[in-house]
Amino acid sequence: MKNTGMLKVTAPTDREIVLTRIFDAPRAMVFDAFTKPELLKRWFGPRGWSLDVCEVDLKVGGKWRFVMRGLDGTSMGMGGVYLEIAPPERLVSTESFDDHPGESVVTTVLVEERGKTTMTGTLLYQSKEIRDAVIKSGMEHGAGESYDRLAELIASNG
Amino acid sequence: MMATFRALAEPNRFQIVELLRSGPRPVGDVVNRLGLRQPQVSKHLRVLSEAGIVSVRVDAQRRIYELRPAPLEELDVWIERYRRIWEANYQRLDVLLEEMKAKQKKRLRKKLLASGSDRPKQNGGAHR
Repeated sequence: MKNTGMLKVTAPTDREIVLTRIFDAPRAMVFDAFTKPELLKRWFGPRGWSLDVCEVDLKVGGKWRFVMRGLDGTSMGMGGVYLEIAPPERLVSTESFDDHPGESVVTTVLVEERGKTTMTGTLLYQSKEIRDAVIKSGMEHGAGESYDRLAELIASNG
Repeated sequence: MMATFRALAEPNRFQIVELLRSGPRPVGDVVNRLGLRQPQVSKHLRVLSEAGIVSVRVDAQRRIYELRPAPLEELDVWIERYRRIWEANYQRLDVLLEEMKAKQKKRLRKKLLASGSDRPKQNGGAHR
């Protein structure tokens, strides 16, 4: 597989998380992969989770709704409303998790150069507290693996 | 960071932190859940509190313990984990995009072949 560059994650302000990554494909394809349910189901979600429900009403004011299911049957739902749709370069939507207060606005910008696409995803939260809570909850769902590693490290030190 | 590791290195304290991950709890609740003695739990909670891992508030007669929101420098640790999860996610997208590109190439080739084989028949066949 071609190495297209690792994901960069930064927190430039108290209320934001910015994700940047390069994909080795034209942006129209990347845009499709972000907005078509049959494609989203192939990649979206933490490892071990399947995207069981993926509904996308791709129009301004249209709703999107995802439900992911883990191997143990736990489910995690999220959804929002599309605010701006400008294929293949810009997508803005709200996003919130069923089991968490607080809504964020997610802006995805795709810039294509020589067949490669740079994606910049900006997640803007209502407050720093909400941002931190969402990041942490994401970890708890997806990072059992790294938590196990921490437990191992502690066990070997103790 | 070392204080955090030291505080968590004790198995009972690790268990207490695990328990508090689901939300704030009064001391009595921790005692019941983990089957430890109250003074023991109080001692562990004091160590965790001193390490900045848990905070305590008093609600009526009860002392409620909860995990503290990660201090600023720990946000980097969370972000690194978040990054790893999403990187794995985007690697699956890489595979999908490669597949989409291969399909598109195939489609284009077919189109080219189709137009290439049609033309001689149409152009050549009519007049000869």
